[in-house]
Amino acid sequence: MSESASKIEELIDREYEHGFVTDIDTDEIPAGLNEDVIRIISAKKDEPEFMLEWRLKAFRHWQTMEEPKWHNVHYPPINYQDIVYYSAPKSKDDMPKSLDEVDPELLATYDKLGIPLHERERLAGVAVDAVFDSVSVATTFKDKLAEVGIIFGSFSEAVREHPDLIQKYLGSVVPVGDNYFAALNSAVFSDGSFCFIPKGVRSPMELSTYFRINAANTGQFERTLIVAEEGAHVSYLEGCTAPMRDENQLHAAVVELVALDNAEIKYSTVQNWYPGDKNGKGGIYNFVTKRGICQKNAKISWTQVETGSAITWKYPSVILKGDNSVGEFYSVALTNNRQQADTGTKMIHIGKNTKSNILSKGISAGHGQNASRGLVKVMKGADNARNFTQCDSLLIGDKCGAHTFPYMEVRNPSAQVEHEATTAKISEDQLFYCMQRGLSAEDAVSLIVSGFCKEVFKELPMEFAVEATKLLGVSLEGSVG
Amino acid sequence: MANTPVLEIKDLQAKVNDTPILRGINLTLQQGEVHAIMGPNGSGKSTLANVLAGREDYVVTGGSVKYQGKDLLGLSPEERAREGVFLAFQYPVEIPGVSNSYFLRTALNAIRTHRGQDPVDAMDFLKLIKEKMKFVEMDPKFQNRAVNQGFSGGEKKRNEILQMAILEPTLAILDETDSGLDIDALRIVAEGVNALRKENHAVLVVTHYQRLLDYLIPDFVHVLVDGKIARSGDKGLALELEEKGYAEFDSSATA
Repeated sequence: MSESASKIEELIDREYEHGFVTDIDTDEIPAGLNEDVIRIISAKKDEPEFMLEWRLKAFRHWQTMEEPKWHNVHYPPINYQDIVYYSAPKSKDDMPKSLDEVDPELLATYDKLGIPLHERERLAGVAVDAVFDSVSVATTFKDKLAEVGIIFGSFSEAVREHPDLIQKYLGSVVPVGDNYFAALNSAVFSDGSFCFIPKGVRSPMELSTYFRINAANTGQFERTLIVAEEGAHVSYLEGCTAPMRDENQLHAAVVELVALDNAEIKYSTVQNWYPGDKNGKGGIYNFVTKRGICQKNAKISWTQVETGSAITWKYPSVILKGDNSVGEFYSVALTNNRQQADTGTKMIHIGKNTKSNILSKGISAGHGQNASRGLVKVMKGADNARNFTQCDSLLIGDKCGAHTFPYMEVRNPSAQVEHEATTAKISEDQLFYCMQRGLSAEDAVSLIVSGFCKEVFKELPMEFAVEATKLLGVSLEGSVG
Repeated sequence: MANTPVLEIKDLQAKVNDTPILRGINLTLQQGEVHAIMGPNGSGKSTLANVLAGREDYVVTGGSVKYQGKDLLGLSPEERAREGVFLAFQYPVEIPGVSNSYFLRTALNAIRTHRGQDPVDAMDFLKLIKEKMKFVEMDPKFQNRAVNQGFSGGEKKRNEILQMAILEPTLAILDETDSGLDIDALRIVAEGVNALRKENHAVLVVTHYQRLLDYLIPDFVHVLVDGKIARSGDKGLALELEEKGYAEFDSSATA
């Protein structure tokens, strides 16, 4: 192996930075899944009857389903009876009323993650809802948002305080029986975020959720629902981390976006779950269903940077139901060591003059396997639908893989669908060139990778773009050959 | 006592893929000097340039290289660069998505940090790059273009000279920078080299043709044949080669 190759390997070997465990009291129920467990979850959350019924319906449906096998990821069978379906940090008096009441240990955890809530409250102008294991811990800026009519907070709270909205929109984009993992989530989801932007309101700040899995053997099943009424605008950020553990942990989330006429939702994710060690031990299994629906002239834009998880399985999608609606998907997915990712998007064109744009950048290093899967479906009535898809893969080293699976179903002759795919490798020549100009091998790799991802990063909100660039650098340590 | 030479090569031997290419090079560059290395194809000119820059596929099998009195061969490529060794590439690579100015500022700051200097901020750098682009007669729009991407051959070479002008290396090595260039571009390369003709600096120009030397008067010309310097002289030697070619050396090599 060449010298720079071994240097790159060193870099790739760098350890996960967020791998600490927070020592706090938790309120857990025993592992296992049956209708009683679902009743307990629902009762713990003090939910109305309709919610419990909805969960049970999902659970019964889930029992009839089989785990999907079509994806390009491999993992030992998951025993769903070994998982703890509810774990909440124990607070002295039920839920904290303000940040001051939040467990200081917990706040310290967020500090370590670089998301000091207090800090953000003062400086960043980002309203954060932080989900720790299964429960939403604190929501900043709630009052300020309430002034303009925006509801932003934990899902459980929304179920209690706005049952009508929940009943109207929950499952309207991702039905209970949509897929195996979504059905499981629907049955057992413990918390998440709810966001409602009323007609004509433009959110005065970016809204943000931070997810963290802390307890061992815990599954995290959060549910996010964002509703933008007619003409409303919102930009939403989601970040994720987890401690290092030897066992694999399951994360099966569902995110539903509803954009009514002329509304716009921008959803950005930086996913940094623990990816497992370099031999593939431990790490998060991330099986996520994300989907949005656009009514007339509405726009939904998904931007994701996926650097973590042992397995990533997710396809943020947009149903372009209304005429002239627009769906966008910008993605960077990085797999290193033994990580596997099968990710991409689905764009379903139903309305006339609908447009979708897909830009997917996959980076594989170490033994990482990266599959990019995209479905573009143009229905009969979707006159003049347009799609442009670009899938680029970058390989670092010679033990990794990149796979592209484009699917197109076009049932309207006036549609225009374009697909471009490229695969490139970081070459010794590029590395040497950068090093001859004074850059270390590590900086050279991260410079080349950030150049590769530039078109996606520019879609991210500023602070996320900075974080994403850093994350890529860290995640890639040790990776060229 | 004489000043320390910028570069002192003694009996340097190197191989590429187990094929010996350099077979005992001796060469000293004093401060302020410009040396030209000429020679037929396959004589080891580019190998010499790459060995000095530390390219990994080039394995040194014997001899020594001192740079400013210190061992050069023990340093990694990036350490050499930060110490002031610059290679203008024969085939500059493209780096998609990374702007020329960002790349150059990153490089300059890596070198400055190494020297214990403060990094240059974006504003100051903008001033610097504007001035240097004017010097190499490049359109300012090249600042924001991705490094070498979609550049013509001549633009790539000009970009190398721009980098050289900004990084102001102590030892600049030009690896056939002149090949494929028109007269204007040759003049710019020569001006770039002449700007480095000052105390403490030295330049090694590797070239196949005499043409560049019309614009750039080297202090010494060396002819490399079969991995050894077969003859050294002044500019007159280059003119002689232009007239007679390398035939004379071919016969002496077989003799």
